[in-house]
Amino acid sequence: MVAQDAHDPHGNDPHGHPIHAHAAPTSFIRKYIFSLDHKVIGLQYYFLALTAVFVGMFLSLLMRIHMVWPGAVLPIVGEIKPETYLSLLTMHGTIMVFFVLTTAPQGGFGNYFLPLQIGAPDMAFPVLNMLSFWTTFVAFVVILAAFFVTGGAPLHGWTGYAPLSALPSAGPGEQLGADLWITSIAIFCVASLMGALNFITTVLDLRAKGMTMMRMPLTVWSWFITAILGLLAFGVLLSAGILLLLDRNLGTSFYVPLVVVNGQIMGHKGGSPLLWQHLFWFFGHPEVYIAILPGMGVASQLISTFSRKPIFGYKAMVYALMGIGFLGFMVWGHHMFMSGMSPYSAFAFSIMTMAIGVPSAIKTFNWLGTIRGGRVRFQTPMLYAIGFVSLFVSGGLSGPFLAQPVLDIPLHDTAFVVGHFHLIMGVAAIFGMFAGTYYWFPKMFGRMMNETWGRVHFFITLAGTYAIFMPMHYLGMAAQPRRYSQFTELVYLQHLLPLNRLMTYAAIVTIAAQFIFVINLFWSMFKGPKASDNPWEATTLEWTTATPPPHDNFGGKTPVVYHGPYEYSVPGAPKDYVMQTDPSTVTTH
Amino acid sequence: MVSGMASLSSTVTIHDPAVKDPKTGYGGGGARPPVPGGGGGDHGGNGSPDYGQRLRRTRLGLLVGLVASTMLFVSFTSVYIMRRGLPTLDDHTGGYVRDWLQVNLPTGLLLVNTLLLLLSSITVELARRQITRQAALAPLQSIPGVSIGKEWNFPWLGTTVLLGLAFLTGQWMAWRELGMRGFYLATSPSSSMVYVLTAAHAIHLAGGLLVLLYAVATALLHKPVEDRRIVVDVTAWYWHFMAVVWIYVFALLEFVR
Repeated sequence: MVAQDAHDPHGNDPHGHPIHAHAAPTSFIRKYIFSLDHKVIGLQYYFLALTAVFVGMFLSLLMRIHMVWPGAVLPIVGEIKPETYLSLLTMHGTIMVFFVLTTAPQGGFGNYFLPLQIGAPDMAFPVLNMLSFWTTFVAFVVILAAFFVTGGAPLHGWTGYAPLSALPSAGPGEQLGADLWITSIAIFCVASLMGALNFITTVLDLRAKGMTMMRMPLTVWSWFITAILGLLAFGVLLSAGILLLLDRNLGTSFYVPLVVVNGQIMGHKGGSPLLWQHLFWFFGHPEVYIAILPGMGVASQLISTFSRKPIFGYKAMVYALMGIGFLGFMVWGHHMFMSGMSPYSAFAFSIMTMAIGVPSAIKTFNWLGTIRGGRVRFQTPMLYAIGFVSLFVSGGLSGPFLAQPVLDIPLHDTAFVVGHFHLIMGVAAIFGMFAGTYYWFPKMFGRMMNETWGRVHFFITLAGTYAIFMPMHYLGMAAQPRRYSQFTELVYLQHLLPLNRLMTYAAIVTIAAQFIFVINLFWSMFKGPKASDNPWEATTLEWTTATPPPHDNFGGKTPVVYHGPYEYSVPGAPKDYVMQTDPSTVTTH
Repeated sequence: MVSGMASLSSTVTIHDPAVKDPKTGYGGGGARPPVPGGGGGDHGGNGSPDYGQRLRRTRLGLLVGLVASTMLFVSFTSVYIMRRGLPTLDDHTGGYVRDWLQVNLPTGLLLVNTLLLLLSSITVELARRQITRQAALAPLQSIPGVSIGKEWNFPWLGTTVLLGLAFLTGQWMAWRELGMRGFYLATSPSSSMVYVLTAAHAIHLAGGLLVLLYAVATALLHKPVEDRRIVVDVTAWYWHFMAVVWIYVFALLEFVR
């Protein structure tokens, strides 16, 4: 180590990272396509997710139409057959979970704003960052290819339960389509691992001087914890996927027991479908938090900023994030109460699952405590942050129902579960992304989004998503099964048809309203009013730099941090907010 | 952009004395980091970034990456243990039987491979120390009039590459041997796991080998020794880790049959 000291005269360099490792690129390809700039990569992730969300939404629309008008002949797709319905379901789930909920909050916003918020010139490993985006892109292309091969897209749902997913003869979509599906997921795992590695190293090693861990914005904390979850979870999914590919193509029997398909004995013997479920859900449950934690971070950031109050219980928020992340690895079994697991295991998983209610409640009450007594500015980003809290509560409260084996067993394969996870994992996370988009748009593009249309979009989306997903709880309790393509022929479900029709109408309206958002997004990018450097009067580092930020983020300077991230309405301060970089000696705590 | 900064000057008073053109990053053409009151900043005189810091950062990245790798082997181990204890429905009798065949491993050959890998771990460590010393002395050589003489360095890096290739060849021979003994990938769940675990390790090691080859290649191209030092250092730690993983995999397959 003497050698290293001899070579490193800045052993105690006052600046953590005085160097920007790469110069600003000039060619189009290096600037916008194979860019090393975390900001460009963040936008690439964002627009990939935006494309994916429209694909996923279109699939869900087809499903909802098919549910209530089963015989309808639709343009382009024609009549939807039961197996087509299962393909739609699988692809909707997979595209939404992986390429929207995992990609945009972490890869998109995380990439763009994590280095800015900790005062770094870029991510720790810019080349790895670029590779990670392009690997994700390849995964997306591979999964879309599954639509167009012989047999079509797979039928096994986003959870890919074996033996259905492991036997090519199990159905039309289970041939090449299923192979492409697994390959895509495996590629996505590699991409996410590279991303997680980069995020963790960046947070640990590239923080600006004075940016202690406990001065990091809660958004950074949420991206950090999410990256840790991804690092531990995606490797397990990768190994599970490799074994599934071996089962399908090389005759091994990890997941497939002795099984007869259409009177024919398959060559497999002795595998365990439960093994897949364990491995999948060991990844799958943390994945839920990978989707929602960044949303929590954004909600914390926005609620504090727009209430003009410090976040209520910053440390409690950090520890709650850690608690949720930690417990998230202990509860995978609650997805498997139906699998015939020992009641003792089920009990343990049930208790751990209920325990997640504690940190979740801490977060919720702290958000409410932050809003209470604040001078709240109800601008569009704040509306979405409040909407996030609302959906988190509505979707979260059905969690403790499903966490109990006795209640889960009757509710398990019903629309109740669909309503539960769509509210909390789907819509709440999407609201987090909307909040982030409206909030950071000025920083990303230098212009403001239209406020009026933002509000219109918010209220239609909030009412619409509740109208779609709230009734699912009642449908589930009335025993409407999930994953059934045609339930209208079942006599005992006939009376649920009107409610299902209402949900389909709500879906059509809500999906139509998303075009308001997209038009607002692209129109504002070119025609919106110019934004100042700090339009929301926020305190974190991204608002100290130019709009949009220069290639090295802070224009050759390294910010020095003197304050925590949420110092609003500090008594004695000249303004109602104190920037993190403000060196003035206003004593806060 | 500059006007943007000015609008905030009431709150932001930390401005570095050496404000550069905001569009230009550091690292090109001898730019120095803006270190107020910092030392002379001797970086070998080529304007390259701070190597000590880059080394630390790359090591940290490696450590984080190894966690992901570990999870891969952890989950394969879980599959191994779980599948081993699982009875199977027999299609002839209709009863449950234990179908976990004990794989007859070519232990002697695997022991030789283990020895080769441990040897390569030693040589890669020697290579790492050698290049650390070279990197430390590199700035001296740029001082005019200072000569530390041309010393002959044993090619530890090349030796490691050869030993690594020998190990992979040995593993290939072990698979051939397994095949000759009647254990193929799909023969039994136990043989499937033998192939999966050893192949996962071999692929990891082959990755490390490619990086070492890259380091050898850049040595021939006279890249800055500090750059190569980071590559060799991090790969050496990775290599040690892979040696430990191999001993673990071997012990698992040997003792938990």
